Amino acid sequence: MSTRTDIEIVTRPHVENFLEWSASRPNVVVLSADLTNSCEVGKWRDTYPDRFFSMGMAEQNMLSFAAGLAREGFEPWLHTFAVFLYRRPLDQLQMSVAYPNLPVRLVGFLPGITTPGGVTHQAIDDVAVMRAIPNMTILETGDATEVESVLDIAHAVDGPVYIRMLRGEVPRLFPAGESMIFNRARVLTLGGEELNAPTDVVVLTSGILTEEAIRAIPALQSSGVNVTHLHVSTLKPFTDPTVVTALRSAKSAVITMENHLTTGGLGSAVAEVMAENAVPVPLHRIGLRDTYAHGASQPYLLAEYSLDAMSLVRTVETALDRQLDISETDLADVRVAAMHSNAKVEAL
Amino acid sequence: MTPTAPGTTDLDAQRIAQGIRRRVLAHVLANNGGYLSQACSSAELLATMYGNVLRLAPSEGPLHPAAFESVPGPSTTRVSGGMFHGEQAPNLDRFIVSPAHYALVVYAALIEAGRLDEAALDQFNKDGSTVEMIGAEHSPGFETTTGSLAQALSTAGGIALGRRLKGDSGRTFVFMSDGEFQEGQTWEAVQALAYYKLDSVRVIVDVNRAQCDGPMDTVMSIEPLATKLKAFGVSADSVDGHDIAALTHALQRPTGRPHFVLAYTDPVRGVPLMNERRPVLHYLRFTGPDERRKYEEFYEDLVSTDSAGGIR
Repeated sequence: MSTRTDIEIVTRPHVENFLEWSASRPNVVVLSADLTNSCEVGKWRDTYPDRFFSMGMAEQNMLSFAAGLAREGFEPWLHTFAVFLYRRPLDQLQMSVAYPNLPVRLVGFLPGITTPGGVTHQAIDDVAVMRAIPNMTILETGDATEVESVLDIAHAVDGPVYIRMLRGEVPRLFPAGESMIFNRARVLTLGGEELNAPTDVVVLTSGILTEEAIRAIPALQSSGVNVTHLHVSTLKPFTDPTVVTALRSAKSAVITMENHLTTGGLGSAVAEVMAENAVPVPLHRIGLRDTYAHGASQPYLLAEYSLDAMSLVRTVETALDRQLDISETDLADVRVAAMHSNAKVEAL
Repeated sequence: MTPTAPGTTDLDAQRIAQGIRRRVLAHVLANNGGYLSQACSSAELLATMYGNVLRLAPSEGPLHPAAFESVPGPSTTRVSGGMFHGEQAPNLDRFIVSPAHYALVVYAALIEAGRLDEAALDQFNKDGSTVEMIGAEHSPGFETTTGSLAQALSTAGGIALGRRLKGDSGRTFVFMSDGEFQEGQTWEAVQALAYYKLDSVRVIVDVNRAQCDGPMDTVMSIEPLATKLKAFGVSADSVDGHDIAALTHALQRPTGRPHFVLAYTDPVRGVPLMNERRPVLHYLRFTGPDERRKYEEFYEDLVSTDSAGGIR
């Protein structure tokens, strides 16, 4: 069936983009906890040495230190792996940064199962934790265009922002000119004439799982299933009227897909909006189901934990109680980023 | 503007210290309990800071604390308890209070220093008031929210680094309690202060060797504290925490490094009655009318002695 050999793969989009973006913003400073190259700010450090602060492997201090800088009018952009921004220093994140509503930007790399680093490096509960923090804004990038445009979105927020960031070889799913918009989902596929026209299923995805859904949706359409597909990049606040309109158009089911636990993240946020708006169809949540993951490649883990394109097909079958006769070969090509390509400066 | 201190004398600091003890004891009697031992141990520390050391903008007179309006958020106006330290300026000092459960002592010190209306204590721990039991950043004297201990030193480091980037000449002082040296974050902060050579950070520590569960040595020892700090690359002076001249000298002494003054104190200083409550001194709640009466009599003696000595 369809293939996607035309998808552009952007190598390390954050490196040059953040460098250029920072040039005209002297109040932007970067704090790093011994993962500078791994978080693609090595060149930034070398370009702006007076604005770069190595804080060592000491994240609790880094969070509170950033709060002090923010209180003095600076805009600290913390770069480290997502797990080290909210697990070890959660109290510092809450009391030093979130309570005073300080403009600290938390750039979290390796969201979910995007790393072979195993349980210690896989942020599978970060959205759940962050959604429970007052004053926090949560953004998630799904492609190179969003990696590039998330900077302006975060910069404009009066308060702390957590970003699920992508690195290395990142696909460009959305045109470079179509920037991320705060609290506004992208409508990627319409099941009817318009967003409010009834459709069989409504699929909401975030982060890297949007690409998985994009692989499956042509096959679903060929099997006669009407699908509306939204890509969500603002997870908190979650008050986008586009989402409510789309949810109300679902005739049979709503399906969420997230690179995260099914509790507390996109699936939970959608469940809350459905309940509050009395959307009367079942909700199926694709994600990690009350389990940690382990160290393995992204495609392997996507399949093992039923997070991949075929899992969406199976979930649609369950939701519609109908066999669709779709096999792996019917799905769009999988993009395989070489695990140890030059784009990944370290194994982690 | 002209900084208020230094310029006051040790006699003023002595008066402030005695006033802190008297006010806190009166408050504890009126409220049937409170953090009294913290006043006994830290009275000279805070008196030295407000009386002899801190260069702050002059107070516009004793200010009355605002009522609580809201927690910080995107649509709120920030209310900072730092306003009781006067308007901030590049050449003036900052004073960050870390052990927020010393709030009552800080309020008493601000009153004695002429920066807070003495009626503020009537609002202590009252619903809708900013004069909270565990101070937050809307409470008088508090710039940051530090009730979860050991975060203020890191935040002060960030403030000092930011001030250095802006070219400020003022110092950033931090008041800490000794129990905070049990927290790992404190040592992360010390190594960062040393690494970035933030010699504008000066820390005064109330080493009263008492904590919630009892004497520190029965909970978790932190000694040898000065040796540990020096090994981390900062300077440290150990002084008698009730000797105002020694405190003043140690706090003002240039060292070219982040500087820690370890003020060894007596948690029952000035109120020897509390010896009967050892070993647990963290929070005083009267056991009954008999104990309460003893403290009332002690307070009456204290007030008349102060009057006889000409100190208020």
